[in-house]
Amino acid sequence: MAQTLFDKVWDMHTVATLDSGQDQLFIGLHLIHEVTSPQAFQMLRERGLSILYPERTFATVDHIVPTDSQARPFKDALAEEMMQAIEDNTREMGVKFFGLDSDSQGIVHVIGPELGLTQPGMTIACGDSHTSTHGAFGAIAFGIGTSQIRDVLASQTLAMSRPKVRRITIDGALNAGVYSKDIILRIIAELGVNGGIGYAYEFAGSAIEALEMEARMSICNMSIEGGARVGYINPDDTTFEYLRGRPYAPKNFDDAVRVWRGIASDAGAEVADHVALDAGSIEPMVTWGINPGHAVGVSGEMPRVADLSEDEQEGARLAYQHMGLGEGDPIRGTSIDVAFIGSCTNSRISDLREAAKVVRGHRVAPGVRALVVPGSKQVLRQAVDEGLDQVFRDAGFEWRDAGCSMCLAMNPDKLEGRERCASSSNRNFIGRQGSPTGRTLLMSPAMVAAAALKGEVADVREMTS
Amino acid sequence: MSKAIQKITGTGVPVRGNDIDTDRVIPARFMKCITFEGLGQYAFYDVRFEADGSLKDHPFNDERYAGASILIVNKNFGCGSSREHAPQALQKFGVSAVVGESFAEIFSGNCTVMGIPAVTADAEAIESIMAAVESDPRGEITIDLDAQAVTVGRSRIATSMPSPQRLALLNGTWDSTSVLLENRALIEATARAIPYPNNFA
Repeated sequence: MAQTLFDKVWDMHTVATLDSGQDQLFIGLHLIHEVTSPQAFQMLRERGLSILYPERTFATVDHIVPTDSQARPFKDALAEEMMQAIEDNTREMGVKFFGLDSDSQGIVHVIGPELGLTQPGMTIACGDSHTSTHGAFGAIAFGIGTSQIRDVLASQTLAMSRPKVRRITIDGALNAGVYSKDIILRIIAELGVNGGIGYAYEFAGSAIEALEMEARMSICNMSIEGGARVGYINPDDTTFEYLRGRPYAPKNFDDAVRVWRGIASDAGAEVADHVALDAGSIEPMVTWGINPGHAVGVSGEMPRVADLSEDEQEGARLAYQHMGLGEGDPIRGTSIDVAFIGSCTNSRISDLREAAKVVRGHRVAPGVRALVVPGSKQVLRQAVDEGLDQVFRDAGFEWRDAGCSMCLAMNPDKLEGRERCASSSNRNFIGRQGSPTGRTLLMSPAMVAAAALKGEVADVREMTS
Repeated sequence: MSKAIQKITGTGVPVRGNDIDTDRVIPARFMKCITFEGLGQYAFYDVRFEADGSLKDHPFNDERYAGASILIVNKNFGCGSSREHAPQALQKFGVSAVVGESFAEIFSGNCTVMGIPAVTADAEAIESIMAAVESDPRGEITIDLDAQAVTVGRSRIATSMPSPQRLALLNGTWDSTSVLLENRALIEATARAIPYPNNFA
């Protein structure tokens, strides 16, 4: 019978069915970072357990890392304590750690693929909801909590309920100035932030197949914003060519490719639900509210509360009150104070190249604080080699070291007061960027660059001709 | 084996609104810690406190709901970040069960593995529970996982929960580590069988 990639990978990793009816799922690759792992190590020690397969866990630091100065000890004593905890835990338990002294340090969802750790057909777990990113390679990857990190460390398995598969087919060609970030923001706007609960999203269609790997990662990254814990794309030649030659890519690469081709969804594999979207109908998207589903095309108007479904109205009223924006007004022209290019969604070299194209030869608008935070040390080096850091600096952007930075503000990079930020990150929740009254507008890196230059939400399609 | 959980009884606290994300349940700045101890005070921090520390109008600040152990919510509660700090903060504040229209999956998974039942009921039922609690905050609520019902005063409301999560709580296998390790031989067999090209060598 024709099977989806999801079914093949899930079945292959199913160790047993537990008495509860949950599947015991083997986790091929486990990634950890400093924020959600220390308590898991503590739990292991309290129970006298060790790591069953230490070679299957890899660690880095990203959330708390300052991006201006990474000198130790950190100025923030709590951040320094967390840093020491992961250093001690990984050393004592024999886990490979890409720390600040490593050339490979960076955001966990940037470095996994970059190192070739992320491969097709794997199950991948990490104590971070954006683990869905790795699904871009045809892996089944999902976020877990800290007690589940304990379970993976102790047993390399998790007790999981099997989701259904919804295929989202996007056919056609994207218009100039439209990126994969716009695809996923449009999908979330259409299906809702809870539309994906109980589903794994399979992204398919000619528009998806035409995307490079980094663009695919941005889509899978935000599956969770649509409620889907897992999002994946079937592996193809683009996937294999990305992986070839990376440090952890298989040495017997051609044999690996033969295996990987076999795990893609079979033609005619049935799925529980199917949604289709025309790529040509997608505009650059901008969020106006307080969840990633509150998004409109840049030429559009923010919805009137009365036109929304009853379920959405209370959230929209709260959103307009928090954002200080008016229902029915155009989103274009909304003033901004801060521009942030970074995060596990959009901090890769292709993101920086696209933003730099917009920025080159221009200046950041007066009064706008703008920063670029590469996702990893490797992205940083590549950008410097290409002279992109200078393009951004010449325009008045700050150029920073690798980390999560202002996506979630667990480090010194934060919004102040009611600042409004054009951001290439993934969440516009109230307070997300570090100020309880701060305001976030999500968009693609190129759109953030355009907003930085204009000092307001602008249509990047009119700035790159 | 962890403790079998069949019934939870206590008073309720309604927190209204759809799509309440885990950043709202606990802002990221309070996750700079290496234990979960003491997180209770930060539950819903930014919607409970003004910048100067004075109280905002929030059910967790409302004395009528002091001591409540059953949190009642609307749709897609716990969306966003996977942070277990969110259910940990709620548990340490005193919450031992959550009843809602729906939950984000990572959040409900975290609740189960911590032994916090997250049960769902339809919108009308949730509204009736919230209204009952608001009119009688000292009224007792019982969640019965075996009978799949919530009792509020004299009314009994049907609830649901994914069967595996419900059974894990009822059987006392929600603290999953020891259950998973029982299958050690099968784990090792799976590790050998999966066709990973070079296993990170």
